Amino acid sequence: MSAERGARAPWPLLAFHAAFMVFMLAPLIVVVLVSFTDKGYIALPFDGASWRWYRAILAASDFIDAFLRSVGLAFAAATLATLLAVPAGMAIAWHRFVGREALLGLLLSPLMVPHVVLGIALLRFLTQIGGASTLWGLTAAHTVIVLPYVLRLVVAAATGFDRSVAQAAQSLGASAWTVFRRIELPLIVPGVAGGWLIAFINSFDELTMSIFVASAATQTLPVKMYNHIAHTIDPLLASVSSVLIVLTLVLMMVLDRFYGLDRVLSGRA
Amino acid sequence: MDTDRNRLPYWLSSPAALAMLAFVALPLVLTLGLSLYPFVPGTGVGESLTSANYADIARDDYFHVIFARTFGMALLVTALCCLVGVPEAYVLSRLSARWRAVSMVVVLGPLLISVVVRTLGWALLLGNEGVVNKALMAAGLVREPVRMMFTFSGVVVALVHVLVPFMVLAVWASLQKLDAATEQAAASLGAGLPTVLARIVFPQVIPGVLSGGLIVFALAASAFATPAIIGGRRLKVVPTTIYDEFLGNLNWPLGAALATALLVIVLAVSLGANRLVERRWKQVFQ
Repeated sequence: MSAERGARAPWPLLAFHAAFMVFMLAPLIVVVLVSFTDKGYIALPFDGASWRWYRAILAASDFIDAFLRSVGLAFAAATLATLLAVPAGMAIAWHRFVGREALLGLLLSPLMVPHVVLGIALLRFLTQIGGASTLWGLTAAHTVIVLPYVLRLVVAAATGFDRSVAQAAQSLGASAWTVFRRIELPLIVPGVAGGWLIAFINSFDELTMSIFVASAATQTLPVKMYNHIAHTIDPLLASVSSVLIVLTLVLMMVLDRFYGLDRVLSGRA
Repeated sequence: MDTDRNRLPYWLSSPAALAMLAFVALPLVLTLGLSLYPFVPGTGVGESLTSANYADIARDDYFHVIFARTFGMALLVTALCCLVGVPEAYVLSRLSARWRAVSMVVVLGPLLISVVVRTLGWALLLGNEGVVNKALMAAGLVREPVRMMFTFSGVVVALVHVLVPFMVLAVWASLQKLDAATEQAAASLGAGLPTVLARIVFPQVIPGVLSGGLIVFALAASAFATPAIIGGRRLKVVPTTIYDEFLGNLNWPLGAALATALLVIVLAVSLGANRLVERRWKQVFQ
């Protein structure tokens, strides 16, 4: 962080900032407001607030199933991606070897490919190997698209620390495994944990690729919501969305508290 | 940093590399292959190699309009994100630590919320019975609702909302490398804020603007949910067209050709611009 930039920003900048905040918040606030209607349709402003549409979620077992499936999928994909990305990230951060740049490019490539393209490519591929509309196919697809997020944070964390600590342990007779377990891993754990959480959120939110890879029986929550919107927009969507907004807000606080949102989102934690 | 010839790094990275090759590289190559086969209604994919799918895309005005709309939309969204995101990143750097923390959550937080939720919010705002129209009519500014759903501008506004955090993030990162002493020096020599911003701050954050712009452009050109929900059936873009060909018409070869074209254009723009930036602003990156 550079030194403080003088006194408070002048008022035209602050007015712009306020307008920008309203722009960013407006769609989210509208969703939350609409979710409290007691009417059977979307109306704003409305009279008579109620929990009607939150009670309706409990009766909408297809939404609950999709939510639980999304949580399980995100958990599995983030964990698998972390197991793959941690060793790869350590290799990239701590070693210079032939093909290192190419490897980094390969592992980050899902960030460059439009998800709609990955979606049709994986639909076709999984159909051919018998993985279409299976949960393992969906898990494999999610694992590769969230891996770059974990990798970036692992590489950033591993690059940041002094390797002489590990070398000291080695010179005192510690085995490679002991050095990893007792020294290297604890030092990169914050990066790994932040990476896992970002991977979890990205998998949970992913829509475009999942639309192709998920079938009616393996719909994730965003796919379920998208299909519902394409059919009709009702207050149930707003209440489900509001629950998601609140849950995300909690995760956001955790990330901001421990890492700073700007660092973790740009892969510099 | 060890310069080692041992095999350890290869062992460490091979599981991740194999996963990428199996579930990203191989499917993409197969898709490229699929785009070179003819579509046979009923059975699906024909036997002999052909370039007919690409010829269709290159000749048919229907596809020209869709491609022009997609990349026009992406360019406009990128320009608007620069226009709004650059000043916002600067304001963030001028706020007190406490306000900055709150504002950061408001600006960057939406990135963590599903794009379906954010787009639903815009659908509620922009509809004929939506909040914006009700407010405009209540204020007496318009008599009839302004049509914003299912329009190009509606999609652009919603996409700016979805993507502008990436621009703020990129510019914010390069603002942090900037030395406040340069601004103070300019101010002490009598430069007003507009001069300081235009001649001192902006030139130094151009690399951030460009890298943010690249991310926004690539994501805008490949956005699916927002154009599909706000744009509707008639305002097609390349990603929604791919969806329709694949899941609606079941014309997988044509869908694959469209996907290949989208991928090639997006990658060419990203890599080309990246190279240009690195050459032109090398000294800024040291």
